[in-house]
Amino acid sequence: MNNKKFYGLTALFNTPNEIIKAAKKLSSEGYTKFDVHTPYPLHGMDDAMRLKPSKLGYITLFFGLSGAALALLFMYWTMSIDYPMVIGGKPFFALPAFIPIAFEVTVLLATLSTVIGMLTFFFNFPNNNHPLIGTDYLRSVSVDKFGIAIESDDEKFNNTAVRAMFGSLGAVKVEEIYYPDTETFPLFQKKFIFLLLTFAVITSGTTYFVLNKLMFMQPFSWMMLQDKLIPQEKSEFFADGFGMRVPVEGTIARGHKPYEFKGEVNPSSFLINPIVPSKESMMLGKKKFLTFCSPCHGNFADGDSRLRGQFPNPPTLHTKRVRDMVDGQIFHIITNGQNIMASYASQTSVEERWAIVNYVRALERAKNATQSDLDEIKKESAANGK
Amino acid sequence: MNIDYTIEAPVVEGRLTIGEIEQLVAAPMETKPDKKFYIALSISGSFLLFGAVLLALSFYKGIGLWGNNQPVGWGFPIVNFVFWVGIGHAGTLISAVLFLLRQKWRTGIARFAEAMTIFAVICAGIFPIIHTGRPWLAGYLFPYTSQHGLWVNFSSPLVWDVFAVSTYLTVSFVFWYIGLIPDFAVMRDRTSTKIKKTIYSTFSLGWRHSHRNWQHYEKAYMLLAGFATPLVLSVHTIVSFDFAVSILPGWHSTIFPPYFVAGAIFSGFAMVVTVLVFVRKIFDLEHIITLNHLEKMNKVILATGMMVGYAYGMEFFIAWYSGVEVEQFVFVNRAFGPFAWAYWIMVSCNVLIPQLFWFKKIRRSVPVMLIIVIFVNVGMWFERFVITVTSLHRDFLPSSWGYFTPTIYDIGILLGSFGLFFTLVILFTKALPVVSISEVKAVAEGAQPSHGGTH
Repeated sequence: MNNKKFYGLTALFNTPNEIIKAAKKLSSEGYTKFDVHTPYPLHGMDDAMRLKPSKLGYITLFFGLSGAALALLFMYWTMSIDYPMVIGGKPFFALPAFIPIAFEVTVLLATLSTVIGMLTFFFNFPNNNHPLIGTDYLRSVSVDKFGIAIESDDEKFNNTAVRAMFGSLGAVKVEEIYYPDTETFPLFQKKFIFLLLTFAVITSGTTYFVLNKLMFMQPFSWMMLQDKLIPQEKSEFFADGFGMRVPVEGTIARGHKPYEFKGEVNPSSFLINPIVPSKESMMLGKKKFLTFCSPCHGNFADGDSRLRGQFPNPPTLHTKRVRDMVDGQIFHIITNGQNIMASYASQTSVEERWAIVNYVRALERAKNATQSDLDEIKKESAANGK
Repeated sequence: MNIDYTIEAPVVEGRLTIGEIEQLVAAPMETKPDKKFYIALSISGSFLLFGAVLLALSFYKGIGLWGNNQPVGWGFPIVNFVFWVGIGHAGTLISAVLFLLRQKWRTGIARFAEAMTIFAVICAGIFPIIHTGRPWLAGYLFPYTSQHGLWVNFSSPLVWDVFAVSTYLTVSFVFWYIGLIPDFAVMRDRTSTKIKKTIYSTFSLGWRHSHRNWQHYEKAYMLLAGFATPLVLSVHTIVSFDFAVSILPGWHSTIFPPYFVAGAIFSGFAMVVTVLVFVRKIFDLEHIITLNHLEKMNKVILATGMMVGYAYGMEFFIAWYSGVEVEQFVFVNRAFGPFAWAYWIMVSCNVLIPQLFWFKKIRRSVPVMLIIVIFVNVGMWFERFVITVTSLHRDFLPSSWGYFTPTIYDIGILLGSFGLFFTLVILFTKALPVVSISEVKAVAEGAQPSHGGTH
């Protein structure tokens, strides 16, 4: 009569007792691809249909535990590693204070995963294209009838035998169900795509407007528009019209005391090295030497410039003349400059310059090591087990 | 009288058939709204609009328009927040805790109470956000990677609050939606208009009433109820931590979590009764939301009301017993100081008036219970007012004592939140089934198989 694809046979019953009986019969006869449709869950139907217990709880357990673990790890990371801060004298990892949030995240993740897992993974929803939807059968089941449906895919399916069985069980109505004519893919309908596009345009437009325009309008902008002068602003109050004020004459910035021996040749008698060499100050000196001095003087102060003749090579610092200089003179040269070498006072602090001096001294001693130095090193290496 | 207490009274009265139940519940959605509906909507809408205008003015001018000022920095916004979160607790309690306790009578009222939970939490969520004065910066409340390299302080109760309330809203919403799916399918199969059918089909997700689905569905419902039960207890506990974790006398108290939870259930049930009294009358649901339902809720109100009363007494006892002078001062000041009027409104509405529910006649009389539950609502609002304001207005330093006076903006925004709540409730009664169709069908007489031993 028609060439639609056959889905299966359905039967309607009037009472819950009949449907339980029918489900028991079908499962005992060995049908597997059948389903019972009832307006509300019936007690005892799980056994009648011989359904295995739901495995949904495993999803809940897994995501609930991961929620707790993730929340605790995240709070541990933020509060102890990424931005440690002492709060109320508590330890960085204050477990009691983290419990409320760990609990809430556990509940949230467990609940959402259970519901989403059930709807998509267990039910295959959304599924409005199912052949049963829109049939009279489903409409009756929706109100107060109790229905049973056997799919034609079932191995034991036989149209006449199933009909006879339904009849003997007392079915009030038996109906054949077919798949819908053509499979429609609502996702690719023009209307739907247009709807999506509209949403995209509205969302991005609103976001753009809110973030780039609205936040700069009153009253949202009132945090930015305050009655005060900000740098570079004009001011009617001051005679010169500048909002910014020049500091009082003679003001010096913190840590930037002017160099009092500027332009002098050798003030080294006034400059005493204040730094006792330590590992930290040596490492600081090395870092600053490699940053500022090594481009011309070479990594080991050999005068082997890395600038390939773009700037004249300075002499090596391992000459007797340099080795005989007092620390103060080297400091003065770095600070003041010498010949064509410029001053490095603005790039380095006083402390850093003294550290560089110490490092240069170490380089000089290493390049001109005596036998006693070597003995000392050997002794030390032996003590360290190398 | 010879009553056999071993036989459970039928949950659904009037011997309704399953089809009639569906007909009754679906009727409001299938008929055009009448004049009364529009009158109710316009009243609640006016309140909402009034509140919205005052709120907009507060945003524009700043929250200096409110009564909050030193020393009472937490005025109406926090009072209203705690009040509305409390109202929300009844829904989850009815839908989750009573589900786990196998109380069949919950089916008639669960849907409505859940909806009220969601609406109340929406109302509640507004207040802490507007209290900041810059609600558009509320995103900073969540931990996100920012250019500042900063994180929220996870050991602060205010951040716990953000997590608790937003989790509560999400879980309540999911719980509510899960319950609605079969009812959406029922409505899909009832309706014939194309637009309605599309909407119901979309939300029903293709539900087929299949028992293979029901099996997982029931499991999921149980799991969700199992999670929602500790959740509902945790939410008001965490709200009470906002107060209890501070060191202010009158707030710094270990009784706060159970006291707040009991108060929340108390006020929530009172609000559910207030609204259901009207709903069952207007939509002819007297056989589904029966007098027995209301009586049981009144019993819960009586029980939780006495818990709250016990907490009031115990606070005084501990203040005396602890021997802390400041604590003693705060409580004497609470009962006999400048805010004594608020304290005695609270005590009489929450402790004294609900005692009338000891009488069966009063528990079963609709007009009397309506008056009592309205008193309870008022009393519970004043409880939050007393806790917040009286503890703040006189602290350790007498030179900074002051009095709190709300402005028209405070009161208007409070009325606006009631407007929002009732507008949402009124729209809900026309848009969605106010009673869970499939759940009520399942507890109707003769709905379950009669053979023994399976349940």
